[in-house]
Amino acid sequence: MERRELKKILIANRGEIALRIIRACKELGIRTVAVYSEADVHSLHVRFADEAVCIGPGASSESYLNIPRIISAAEVTNADAIHPGYGFLAENAEFAEVCESCNIIFIGPTPEMIANMGDKAFAKNTMKRAGVPIIPGSDGLLTDVNEALAVADEIGYPIILKATAGGGGRGMRVVRERSELERAFDQARQEAQAAFGNPGLYMEKFFDHPRHIEVQIIGDTHGNIYALGERECSIQRKHQKLIEESPSPVINEELRQKMSEAAIRGAKSVNYINAGTIEFLYQDGQFYFMEMNTRIQVEHPVTEAVFGLDLIKEQIRVAAGEKLQGINPDHKLRGHAIECRINAEDPEQDFRPSPGKITAFHVPGGPGVRVDTHAYAQYVIPPYYDSLIAKLIVHGRDRDEAIGRMERALEEFIIEGIKTTIPFHQMMMRHPDFKAGNFDTKFVEHLKATKSAEMVA
Amino acid sequence: MKEELIRRLVKIVEESNIAELEISKWGHKLKISKYPSNSAPVSQAAGTHYVIQTPQSTDSNSNVHQEAATPAGAAEKPPETPQKGIEIRSPMVGTFYRAPAPDADPYVEIGDTVQKGQVLCIIEAMKLMNEVEAEFPCKILDILVENAQPVEYNQPLFLVEKL
Repeated sequence: MERRELKKILIANRGEIALRIIRACKELGIRTVAVYSEADVHSLHVRFADEAVCIGPGASSESYLNIPRIISAAEVTNADAIHPGYGFLAENAEFAEVCESCNIIFIGPTPEMIANMGDKAFAKNTMKRAGVPIIPGSDGLLTDVNEALAVADEIGYPIILKATAGGGGRGMRVVRERSELERAFDQARQEAQAAFGNPGLYMEKFFDHPRHIEVQIIGDTHGNIYALGERECSIQRKHQKLIEESPSPVINEELRQKMSEAAIRGAKSVNYINAGTIEFLYQDGQFYFMEMNTRIQVEHPVTEAVFGLDLIKEQIRVAAGEKLQGINPDHKLRGHAIECRINAEDPEQDFRPSPGKITAFHVPGGPGVRVDTHAYAQYVIPPYYDSLIAKLIVHGRDRDEAIGRMERALEEFIIEGIKTTIPFHQMMMRHPDFKAGNFDTKFVEHLKATKSAEMVA
Repeated sequence: MKEELIRRLVKIVEESNIAELEISKWGHKLKISKYPSNSAPVSQAAGTHYVIQTPQSTDSNSNVHQEAATPAGAAEKPPETPQKGIEIRSPMVGTFYRAPAPDADPYVEIGDTVQKGQVLCIIEAMKLMNEVEAEFPCKILDILVENAQPVEYNQPLFLVEKL
């Protein structure tokens, strides 16, 4: 694959990630084009880009998700490539394909890779064939209760029955003992039929205290694929990550090797190009493939910190057809990094969104502290988009130093005029279980329950 | 005119969708426009954001022209009224063309009377030509962009008087 020169990149995104991409482009001497909705006219990414094009009103469907307008903006500005960031159109295979047919380089994998990995069943099968451990379960839908019993015997209890057409917790049943399975099977089937018109069920092993641990991978167009350690992302609320760190406090070097090798095998089996993340479910020393994300992720800075890399620059280099050079298989992570997502939400009011005007804004500094933000004093947070206003990342020589440093940095972070999740993060850094590395994906949920119990008591 | 008034007027123009404001009082005329008089491609105009400009700057993006009063004899002349007009804005991102083809006549000229549904211009996006039609009968007062200029969403294209 020949080298292509990228002279101008259009960033099809907004907020902190748009700024992040602009920064990488500036350092590479590449001109930038920002696209923005009318609600984002005063946004920082618009000011920092070399050129900016208004593409629509506030609503995402009319702006950041509007493919024709974004492509037009790339055409009128003569952009060579588009970086989709995360969210919005980043994992939209159609968008990647439209870029290709308009001769605009899409900074990411190919449309096929996006479509294939976006199909859960296909991704699972692909990983299975590549020898990546997958969550034990039924092979497709369960024909009847006898098959259910057989599969459950094989994979071991507890198991969970899930509706294939389902979501929202309906048509799901956790079964802990063989004696309960038949009744649960009937109930789940009926519920699924009533809720979704489709009684189809499948089965998976159920995990009581799972951790979400993901591996960053990156591949170039010369056949090289590297794994860049793991990220622990179990501190989540409603499936949204709040705190991420690298390395994971429970993964030793041996497990790291195994998980990295599995991730690389999986990525190689689809000849994956550019940055991606393989998410694993981890419990009791075992890891299982959950899904693959074919984009750069919000929490990429913690990996950048422990590996001393700029992942966005590497993405751009890969898109330009270059061989990955700053990375090698012996690359070892150094120290420990933690990221806290600062959202415009009120942790005291069940994380209710708090848009509005920021009246005071002072970011922390000092050694090992990084802040990625598009906010500033007098900035008005538009109500149309997500509530992420800043990412606070710290790097220390070990996990204890990182936690202490995060505590110190959170104390210095002044945001007034809106409610933020800073107090929540401060509480977390002091929490004995967090400090001990003892937590799973249910941690925040349990915190809430404990708090409610305390309030009632 | 007082500096304070000029500052406030510039702020009003900057914070609104007004492209051009012209005020005259006692023979003094003040014109504030958001776009430079020789139109630059939208990409350059948008890149240097007008909100950063100060009223005194002679930067091309925020032009403040103040013309002194004419001699006493002209003081009796009635003050000019600001131009009335409705802006017709671009519904999409693309390239503005005044005519259906490079060698053809433009769809409209300044002073033309236009029917509802009449084509005013073409905006080319992704190799497709999209006709922009007048949504009501009107008279073309001004054409705000140049032929083959890139335009963004909601960018004013024509100033018209509704008939």
